[in-house]
Amino acid sequence: MGVLTRRAWAVTGVLALSFGVAACGSDSEGSGGTIELKIAANAISGGKNAEEADWIENWVIPHFEEAEADRGVDVKVTFEPSGVDDEQFKSRLALDLQSGSGPDIMSLDGIWLGEFAEAGYIKPLSETSPDFESWDGWDQIPEAVQQLAAFDGDLYGIPWGTDGRVLFYNKNLFEQAGLPTDWQPTSWQDILDAGEALGSLDGVTPIQLNAGTAMGEATTMQGILPLLAGTGEEISSDGSWTGASDGMEQALGLYEDIYGGGLGDPQLQQETQGRDKSFQEFAENKIGILAEGDYFWRSVVNPDNGVAPMEDRDEAVGYALIPAAQPGQGVNGQDFVSMSGGSVRTLNAASDHLDLAWDLLTFMNSAEAVTASVADTPKITARTDVNEQVLADDPMLTFINEQVLPITIFRPADSLYPQVSTLLQEATAAVVDGDSPSQAAEDYQDGLEEVVGGADHVTS
Amino acid sequence: MPTTSPPDAGLAPRGAGGQAGAAPRPARDRDAAGLGRPRAAAFVTPALLLIAAFLVFPALWTIYLGLTDYRLTGLAAADPQMVGLDNFTDALKDDSFSHSLGLTLQFVVGSAVIGQAGLGFLIAWVMRNRRGALRRLVEALVLTAWILPSSVIAFLWIALLDRDDGTLNAALHTPGTAWLLEHPMLSIIVFNIWRGTAFSMMLYAAALGNVPPSHLETARLAGASGWQQLRDVVFPRIRGHILTNLLLISLWTFNDFTPFLLTSGGPEDKTEVMPVFIYKLALSNGELGFGAAISVLMLLINLVIAVVYMTLLRRRKEDAPA
Amino acid sequence: MSTEATTDLEKHSSPGRGGPPPDPSATGHLAGLAGARQAVRRIGFYVFCCLLLAFFALPLLWLACAPFDRTPTITASLPDFTLQNFDTLFDNPYAMRSLGNSLLLAAGTGVLVVVFAALAAYALSRVRLPGRDALLYTLLLLSSIVTGTAAMVPLFNLAFELHLIDSQLGVILVLTGGLLPSAIFILKDFMDGTPRSYEESAQVFGASPLQIVRHVVVPLVRPGLATIAVWSVAQVWGNFLIPFLLLRSPEKSPAAVVMYTFYTEGGQPDLALISTFSLLYSLPVVLMFLLVSSRYGFRFHGGIKR
Repeated sequence: MGVLTRRAWAVTGVLALSFGVAACGSDSEGSGGTIELKIAANAISGGKNAEEADWIENWVIPHFEEAEADRGVDVKVTFEPSGVDDEQFKSRLALDLQSGSGPDIMSLDGIWLGEFAEAGYIKPLSETSPDFESWDGWDQIPEAVQQLAAFDGDLYGIPWGTDGRVLFYNKNLFEQAGLPTDWQPTSWQDILDAGEALGSLDGVTPIQLNAGTAMGEATTMQGILPLLAGTGEEISSDGSWTGASDGMEQALGLYEDIYGGGLGDPQLQQETQGRDKSFQEFAENKIGILAEGDYFWRSVVNPDNGVAPMEDRDEAVGYALIPAAQPGQGVNGQDFVSMSGGSVRTLNAASDHLDLAWDLLTFMNSAEAVTASVADTPKITARTDVNEQVLADDPMLTFINEQVLPITIFRPADSLYPQVSTLLQEATAAVVDGDSPSQAAEDYQDGLEEVVGGADHVTS
Repeated sequence: MPTTSPPDAGLAPRGAGGQAGAAPRPARDRDAAGLGRPRAAAFVTPALLLIAAFLVFPALWTIYLGLTDYRLTGLAAADPQMVGLDNFTDALKDDSFSHSLGLTLQFVVGSAVIGQAGLGFLIAWVMRNRRGALRRLVEALVLTAWILPSSVIAFLWIALLDRDDGTLNAALHTPGTAWLLEHPMLSIIVFNIWRGTAFSMMLYAAALGNVPPSHLETARLAGASGWQQLRDVVFPRIRGHILTNLLLISLWTFNDFTPFLLTSGGPEDKTEVMPVFIYKLALSNGELGFGAAISVLMLLINLVIAVVYMTLLRRRKEDAPA
Repeated sequence: MSTEATTDLEKHSSPGRGGPPPDPSATGHLAGLAGARQAVRRIGFYVFCCLLLAFFALPLLWLACAPFDRTPTITASLPDFTLQNFDTLFDNPYAMRSLGNSLLLAAGTGVLVVVFAALAAYALSRVRLPGRDALLYTLLLLSSIVTGTAAMVPLFNLAFELHLIDSQLGVILVLTGGLLPSAIFILKDFMDGTPRSYEESAQVFGASPLQIVRHVVVPLVRPGLATIAVWSVAQVWGNFLIPFLLLRSPEKSPAAVVMYTFYTEGGQPDLALISTFSLLYSLPVVLMFLLVSSRYGFRFHGGIKR
């Protein structure tokens, strides 16, 4: 049985109230044939993702309006900035979309695609923009990165940027511990050995491998998932989720080796500000090895504008590929692994001007526009041609682009993923707290079966 | 006072008559300004209209959502199904619900009933005859804690309780104590005492102002100890205030989301009080239907709390000497 | 007992110090004992005050240090003094404006809550409307649902249908609806405590009910109104969820929402901006409290005193 629709409720309420507060709502259609388009992103000038916000306001909007005016189209583009937690941004966006309103173009985290598509808020490009395949930009976006914008085999938008995960290490500490400063471990044992050596230094936490729910998605992305990939497994394959598998137990086993063996700081994983503090400690030469994405390099230890700046970043911070448990044991038989995420720009299925919105979307993803967006702080974009230009001056980002992206894998854009991710975080927390890996894996499997609807959807 | 008196009978012991319970009902409800029912209704209408529109209506809708499997995203957003009372039975069977309820009760009893009301009364009692700078300073500080925005407060307490360089560890010479991890419930209870004592302090200060000093004096001369004075002279006169106070601070504390800003419900789920539990369900997991059902359960629990206070205080009143 | 009697008694008796003169037959020994007790009580009182002040002041330390620190951390430490953080904050396009927005929302809500709650509380206190008490309690309980996260969909859709999205009026109305039951509850308690005699005299002189409320009742319960005003302003000042859900333009966002923009893409706080903003964000409410407190005597009073 269906339920009362939102509108039925609202109309009942409004009639019952007959309240005199009818402020004038603005229609998306402006006066005199001007078409209005709105872009939304979790970015705001002077705050979170400020570069993206400034770029949209100062570059995209004037340039697009001008280009359209030359074509004789009168269009007014507005930007709706926000600067909040991603979950809150997602909830508010969903509220807008379920009411049939919302922006024409929006930035989504790749892992939200499934939920938004299932709810009908976004539609495959083949429906909204029938000639989407003729866009010349697709040639520049690698097949793997395009998967960021795909759900159930359909493309829902254009991927915007991506990232990769590595092991950062502090060369100062490595030198003090008698370790090589051009370090590249080839197995988990190598990491543990380096941790043991670092353990001899006073006041130094050898390894920071994110664990627990306080770190949130950072535990999944920088912790358990790359480890799982290092055992040759993925979190979901062929529509089935990975449960208490051998790989899962082995990955949790590394947590036990690190946190049970005194190589990590268990309390830091539980603190609400644990991740912030781990960054600060790394910058203060108190943490030896830390698994993170390139975000760490760009926005955390960046001497110019990082939250935990390191004046000597370029000399003191090393980075190495994350090794598989044993050489060749990683997914697809790889020696090294990584995980990647990224954001996608999509069209609102309820937009009144889908054609023009698609024009704006491709305009925003043109080589010229993407280059302008990363002019000040280089970032890995979805476009190979742009990456080749803008990353050249940054050895770290070039490393990610050339060494990491070819071996990386993405999370499933499934609507159940956020809950599975929480279960994984809880499993790591249990191990850090002293549970055995097999016990934690078993509990995880129980929770997983409940979330995904039975044991048939779980492989172990 | 008849035992069948309506709930608010205990709320107004300071009516026109000084002797508690001695004044006949009509006097207390006396329409002194000649308002009359029509005009009284007109006075109440603006408030009731706003409340009906922006409180009752969304609340009823929330209760309705509690009967569905509605989510903000995913398939259940496109086509929500009526699930009847399933959400409620699921919640009652759910260990994390009962765990969260237990924590919330600890939080309410510890921080509101014992902490805020106790400390608030103590401050009001100790300061009752004081005037001047010291009293103003104490009150100003206590009230500052009450009116500062919670997002700011969260940073203040994180700085206070930090494991490595926290102010508290420096003050107590207990380096390395991770208060929020080792004593999570105690930390948020003490935090909430700090945060909310002001309201109780103000309320009791006013209530004590209504106790005629001559009565206290008489009791003192009759050899009553401090405790006896409190019990026999003060308490019967401020019973209505105590009810108002306990009721409001219990409800507020029950629905207080601020601990989330300090601990995010952790470590693990050791501080996952009810509002945090609902936040995680509704926002992080997107289970709005289930979250709404738990809100309704929370409402029922609040109702029980209210009823308990009212019966408790009414019975006490009968026991107490007139 | 009449209120006048209370007033008289209050004037000339102050328990603990006043009272009857010491019994002339008391021996020096007894007086000494009493003196010692008195001393212990005094010491106890000051110890209590010191502990209390320490408890309430200690957490505020961070707010005094971090904004002036070149590289603030999450802990309070002696700052490496700078005013740079303030400059950075003043350059932010939304920060200072958001304080004005907070002021607007808080003032709007405060006025509506005080006026509507006062009228309703007075009527409910003086006239026995059917179902009055049950109604009050029900509303009080319902207000706890609506302030929670689970009500965000109904609140949003209601505001959407009323065209109140991205409208500060919408935020004010929703917040007022949520705060009114508690405000009425507290104020009714107040009104119950005021004597009726003045209103009766005013009525004899032919004053209308509204005039009576304005000129007789309001002065009597002024501290209560001030308290409710400060309480509702503080509630709005700190509220994040409602303005976040209902407002869209950052030009209209209050400080509670703008504060969350000072985080990085990865969720790390920019403490230099956050601590400085926290200080500026806190000052208005503290100043308001000090002003109200010095003008109206910020506390609950039942009945007539002094």
